[in-house]
Amino acid sequence: MKFIDEYRDADKARECAEALARVTTRPWTLMEVCGGQTHAIVKFGIDELLPEGVELVHGPGCPVCVTPIELIDKGLEIARRSEVIFCSFGDMLRVPGSQEDLLSVKAQGGDVRIVYSPMDALALARQHPDRQVVFFAVGFETTAPANAMSVFQAQREGIDNFSLLVSHVLVPPAIEAVLSAENSRVQGFLAAGHVCMVMGYEEYEPLAEKFGVPIVVTGFEPLDILQGIYMCVKQLEEGRAEVENQYVRTVRREGNRPARDLVGQVFRVMPRKWRGVGEIPQSGLGLSPAFAAFDAEERFGVARYTAAEDADCISGLILQGFQKPHECPVFGQRCTPEHPLGATMVSSEGACAAYYRYRSRQPVEEK
Amino acid sequence: MSGAFNPSCPIPRSDYPQVLLAHGGGGRLMSQLIEKMFLPVFDNPYLQQQHDGAVFEVNGAKLAFSTDSYVVDPLFFAGGDIGSLAVNGTVNDLAMCGARPLYLSAGFIVEEGLEMEALWRVVQSMGQAATEAGVALVTGDTKVVDRGKGDGLFINTAGVGVIEGELSVAPERIGPGDVILISGDIGRHGIAIMAQREGLTFEGAIESDCAPVNGTVQALLEAGVEIHCMRDLTRGGLASGLVEIAERSGFQIAVDELAIPVREEVRGACEILGLDPMYVANEGRFVAFVAEGHAERALEVMEAQAPGEGAAILGSVEGERSKLVTLRSAIGARRIVDRLSGEQLPRIC
Repeated sequence: MKFIDEYRDADKARECAEALARVTTRPWTLMEVCGGQTHAIVKFGIDELLPEGVELVHGPGCPVCVTPIELIDKGLEIARRSEVIFCSFGDMLRVPGSQEDLLSVKAQGGDVRIVYSPMDALALARQHPDRQVVFFAVGFETTAPANAMSVFQAQREGIDNFSLLVSHVLVPPAIEAVLSAENSRVQGFLAAGHVCMVMGYEEYEPLAEKFGVPIVVTGFEPLDILQGIYMCVKQLEEGRAEVENQYVRTVRREGNRPARDLVGQVFRVMPRKWRGVGEIPQSGLGLSPAFAAFDAEERFGVARYTAAEDADCISGLILQGFQKPHECPVFGQRCTPEHPLGATMVSSEGACAAYYRYRSRQPVEEK
Repeated sequence: MSGAFNPSCPIPRSDYPQVLLAHGGGGRLMSQLIEKMFLPVFDNPYLQQQHDGAVFEVNGAKLAFSTDSYVVDPLFFAGGDIGSLAVNGTVNDLAMCGARPLYLSAGFIVEEGLEMEALWRVVQSMGQAATEAGVALVTGDTKVVDRGKGDGLFINTAGVGVIEGELSVAPERIGPGDVILISGDIGRHGIAIMAQREGLTFEGAIESDCAPVNGTVQALLEAGVEIHCMRDLTRGGLASGLVEIAERSGFQIAVDELAIPVREEVRGACEILGLDPMYVANEGRFVAFVAEGHAERALEVMEAQAPGEGAAILGSVEGERSKLVTLRSAIGARRIVDRLSGEQLPRIC
């Protein structure tokens, strides 16, 4: 398949890995921010091609994984209501709230539907004027433009039975949080290519400068990731700390202007809680005052919910790169994809699920 | 686990107090349901085989017996319909036991209000599929349920076939060196259904691979191919089929990602939807584990039986008794292939 196969070529991958080995003189720890990259790394076995000492730690860029448990509970509460059609992307359905997940609510009679776009949810609202259609707007900057568009259209068409349960988070504040941690091991970043396709990469330049870390905007295919790692290690070896763009076929420095403008109009930047990590200032998006009427939390009176996470789950440490999934004592034991304690075991982009699916099933101690 | 009756625990412990869709999805939750609930209660040696059908002897004749229910939505889809599916599905289950399918039953559960025209089309399609597969529909049943209590039409079929000669196919018969073949490209049925259900349109229509495979199986046997195990790849796709065989046989199975036949349009659809074709459903595909040295002949037979369908050699059985399926990825690294925990859910981004 064009634009796929050429980026999965085994010979080129080996060449790229050899070039990386040639420039590597000492150990480096890099973080791939995005869960899509984590998935590709484990699925294709990219880390097995890396030279000794170059270690990848998996970052917080899985939107499903960082959605806080109380927001899931809010979604469950809304989805249980008889007047509601609750729409979500597929992989949110199995994420556990404090008691159950959306699939269980569906089994109990809740009208929970998988959609492929927020615009599909808006179409449902048009078709069912007597029902309340709620879209679970989860994601990083990548999904923000489409979610913004759905609300923008709803307002323009006067569709008042549509609302968003917003759980939008932003990458740069997460990178800042990871780097600000006292014991952070991360020396370089692969930034998420699709986030930068929307937002560009200007906002990463102050981060690279402030913390002295190279940041390479990277794509999602095996060769993209290998090349991103190569560019990052090369900078480290040469003592540079710049923002570079590996994903030139998709990303421009200024990103996608119309998309950014729409996001800026519909959403506002606000503090957000990250599952397993806690609150990070100015790290997410909520609806701006002009679109506040479309906020499902207010509409259904669930804004003040709180909930505690499972104490045994170390997803916070995993999402910040302090630990790997198989280093968790309950990995593959008390925590499995059928009975996940944290969202990192649920989403196909979650590091724990990726390790469970493609690697070993045992915590390291038992090997 | 033991099959002992335990009066203090009438309902086997489960993580879910209610049945979820995933309990019927062919993944791990369904295996748990079978292992915790059905097997202990119905326990017998035939069921313990956990094959696509049961194999037993009656007065010296070796028979295979299988059943399956069909609840597909929509009733009509590109490349087939619930009728052809119901015939081919049971025919294929019998063929996987190494049997020549002979007789089928059909049970219809019809929802009040179904268009008579739709039912007629389904029945005609079943008749045609039965003729193609060389089986006769010899008994049946019809029930009509209130409007809203069915999804238009559900069909159950059961079938009987005869096993000729000394043939025995089962996961336990595979061994190191066995070569794994697949009878054609994967993923088309699942993607065709999803496309129709969700109103997704792709460049070039994707048609279901729904077809009987008993002709190919018969041809393999007639060509003298030494088959050790077969599995048709329905729900849960290629990955689940291979994992089941690895777990039951105890051996490690190694396959090559680049050898797996997937049509371009199916790959494209899977990339867009965030699905892995290895887990997408098929309705006319099977894997065959054949003795080393029989692979080339088997491949020739498969290609002759279904020209252009993409039959291929996927990999082989290894000596290690790890019960794992490993995949050599496109870039040459190895990883584990696991079964799905539930339904394969499209990703966010």
